[in-house]
Amino acid sequence: MGSSPILKLIAQRLALGVLLLLAVSVLIFAGTELLPGDVAATILGQSATPQSLANLRAELGLNDPAYVRYFRWLGGMLTGDLGTALSNGRDIADALGGRMANTLFLAAAAAILSVPLAILLGLLAVRYRNGPVDKAISGLALASTSLPEFFIGYLLILFFSVKLNIFPSVSTVYDGMAFGDRIMAVALPATVLTLVVLAHMMRMTRAAILNVMQSAYIETAELKGLSAFTVIRRHALPNAIAPIVNVVMLNLAFLVVGVVVVEVIFVYPGMGQYLVDHVSKRDVPVVQAVGLIFAAVYIGLNIIADIAAIVANPRLRHPK
Amino acid sequence: MSDELKYLSQRAARGAMNRRDFIGRAAALGVSATFANSMLGRAAHAQGAKKGGALKMGLVGGESTNSLDPATWLTQVPQNFGLTWGETMVVQSPDDGSAQPLLAESWDASSDAAEWSFKIRKGVTFHNGKEMTPEDVAQTIRRHSNEETKSAAVGILGDIDDIVVDGDNVVFRLARGNADLPLLLTDYHLIIQPNGGVDEPTAGIGTGAYKVEVNEPGVRHVSTKYDGYWRDDVGHVDSVEVIVMNDATARMSALQSGQVHIINRVEPKVVALLKRAPGVVVESVPSKGHYVFVMHCNTAPFDNADLRMALKLAVDREQMVQQILQGYASVGNDFPINKSYALFTDGLEQRVYDPEQAAFHFKKSGHEGPILLRTSEVAFPGAVDAAQLYQQQAAKAGITLDIRREPGDGYWNEVWNKQPFCASYWGGRPTQDSMYSTAYITGADWNDTRFFDEGFDKVILEARAELDDKKRTEMYAQAATMVRDDGGLILPMFNDFLDAHREEVKGWVADPNHETSNLRAATRVWLDNA
Repeated sequence: MGSSPILKLIAQRLALGVLLLLAVSVLIFAGTELLPGDVAATILGQSATPQSLANLRAELGLNDPAYVRYFRWLGGMLTGDLGTALSNGRDIADALGGRMANTLFLAAAAAILSVPLAILLGLLAVRYRNGPVDKAISGLALASTSLPEFFIGYLLILFFSVKLNIFPSVSTVYDGMAFGDRIMAVALPATVLTLVVLAHMMRMTRAAILNVMQSAYIETAELKGLSAFTVIRRHALPNAIAPIVNVVMLNLAFLVVGVVVVEVIFVYPGMGQYLVDHVSKRDVPVVQAVGLIFAAVYIGLNIIADIAAIVANPRLRHPK
Repeated sequence: MSDELKYLSQRAARGAMNRRDFIGRAAALGVSATFANSMLGRAAHAQGAKKGGALKMGLVGGESTNSLDPATWLTQVPQNFGLTWGETMVVQSPDDGSAQPLLAESWDASSDAAEWSFKIRKGVTFHNGKEMTPEDVAQTIRRHSNEETKSAAVGILGDIDDIVVDGDNVVFRLARGNADLPLLLTDYHLIIQPNGGVDEPTAGIGTGAYKVEVNEPGVRHVSTKYDGYWRDDVGHVDSVEVIVMNDATARMSALQSGQVHIINRVEPKVVALLKRAPGVVVESVPSKGHYVFVMHCNTAPFDNADLRMALKLAVDREQMVQQILQGYASVGNDFPINKSYALFTDGLEQRVYDPEQAAFHFKKSGHEGPILLRTSEVAFPGAVDAAQLYQQQAAKAGITLDIRREPGDGYWNEVWNKQPFCASYWGGRPTQDSMYSTAYITGADWNDTRFFDEGFDKVILEARAELDDKKRTEMYAQAATMVRDDGGLILPMFNDFLDAHREEVKGWVADPNHETSNLRAATRVWLDNA
């Protein structure tokens, strides 16, 4: 019986997430319905005649009521059938799958670099708070966040690829590429992303732990004679985990959905550029699919943050 | 071509004479540097290019929405990649813009230029192993010219009434005579596909030197050497990889660090820097593209010939070329044709900056008060700066220009071809006729200067069906004079194509017809270290 409230809470969160995702899917579908013209008119463009429009509408099933089309679309999404892109007739699931994998690979590389580093630096900043170490860490992290990402990118390219020729400036990755080459290819973009997200997570870790450090039990721990670092690690960090996980998830979501600039500078074939290209061509099926995937990533990561907060809370883990 | 020049170019290609000396000697024989350069390129070819190696190009102009269907190509990546695997019937000469045989071996026209017969080359195979037939050729042109087509080439093929296959020949019947038909067939959309690509437009099967291996739109495209290819003077490298690099700095750094061999669209601002980089060669070639200010000849105050003349005389073209394009351009003369076109006349007097004459005409026009000029960053690279420079130049003639900077979004829908005076640009067209027919004759959709002149229309239509080149050249000189003196076009400069490549890339042919050596750099060059 001991763990049932927590399971119930988690189940609740998951159900809410699914509901939210459904709501988002309705919004995405309704939003594209509101656009002037329909898919058939977009496909035929200037060459549309009433007859060819009618034929194509019938072929695509556009004459059915909106709710029928919505469920057909949703069913396709759930079964992995995302349809074909209007602009080049390619299967969306195929094209998107590769892009998605690339984006996740880059995001994972950046996360593996940045999350431990941010938390470690946060802990160090707390340990030596208000001293020169704290000030140096905060100063550098804030400076790197304040610089625009294209600027950091160009600087890294200038030094590490043009001058020193250590890493490639072009991060094109493709199927069948050796893992080591892949790592080399994403080294620079992952470093840029790390520098961009580092300060936010580091400062949040520092603030959250400092907040806990005011508590009476920290004083007890100190009086017990524990070393300063042990106090932070054993007693402060576990109690500050919820806000830290929250901000980490927020930054992970950014790494997945918001790195168009870095993709362009490093010529990295991720989801961002894919979405931008198709938006500019009014390629509605692709925009819908990508929109839903991005929403799922955001909601998913937020659920993980919520669940982590629940699990980290002893009052929920050990009910009376 | 003189024998002496030929001899010199062979010596230079063998290394007995360096490139600079050769161009100097050629100039002494009255040959332009561009021509001498391209001659040298071909002489070097004749000396035997190195075979092999993997060529990598980093190009702007690719999106994940790109398709292998030639009818949809608009930007540089599909164009350059497309011409590695596909070929047209005719190709335009890099030297004089004339039509040269490719998949069509030869051609004849009826005396009124309304019926053309093209003899199709035999023994050419598609990548699927099938032999290319006249029927494939006819089907391709039909697909691009029929009424339902979405092909971007339909505009230039509109006059074709009927296409029939006659033995080894494909016969075109035109609604009106057109002496330029072979040149119109050089358009890069018109690469020959099996059965014209009617069944499978995106199959990516052609007769080119390379066959499609990887097609990841917006990321990269790879093609590898096709063993059954019919020519041996092009297609030297083993494989071509085109990587989409839409960021100018990304292209530069990739070239400098040696990750790609060729890049396109070097920005004029950075050419000087790039030239200093070790191992990099910048290729600057005069193009047909031009940056312009357009006035509507039928809208006040621009309906007054003296006012138009005043505004034309108030531009300092040399200063525009130097300051807006850092010298990588040539001055224009207020008509849309330059020496990159076939049948160009060099003899027309160059219009120069003359504030006094401009003031005279401005006064004569009776117009008072400022004139509104609309511009935008998207009109052409540096268009806002160019408008401000123009403002200062015109001020010296006592003409006040008000500059309005319009938003880039919607500029081509809301401002260009709608407002009476604005900045714009034009890319080149294959022929003088297609340039004038697109934008200067009465009734053309894109007549963005509202230049309606029956006499001019007549000259253009007559020149179109004239097969005597000498007469045509005279007619086009006449048309050019009309546009220059009476039209609404202010044309300060023709921009250069600016491409760059690594030193080990040899055999670059300077070609004014399109960027990256008429989109054919990949098949023309070879790698010295292969």
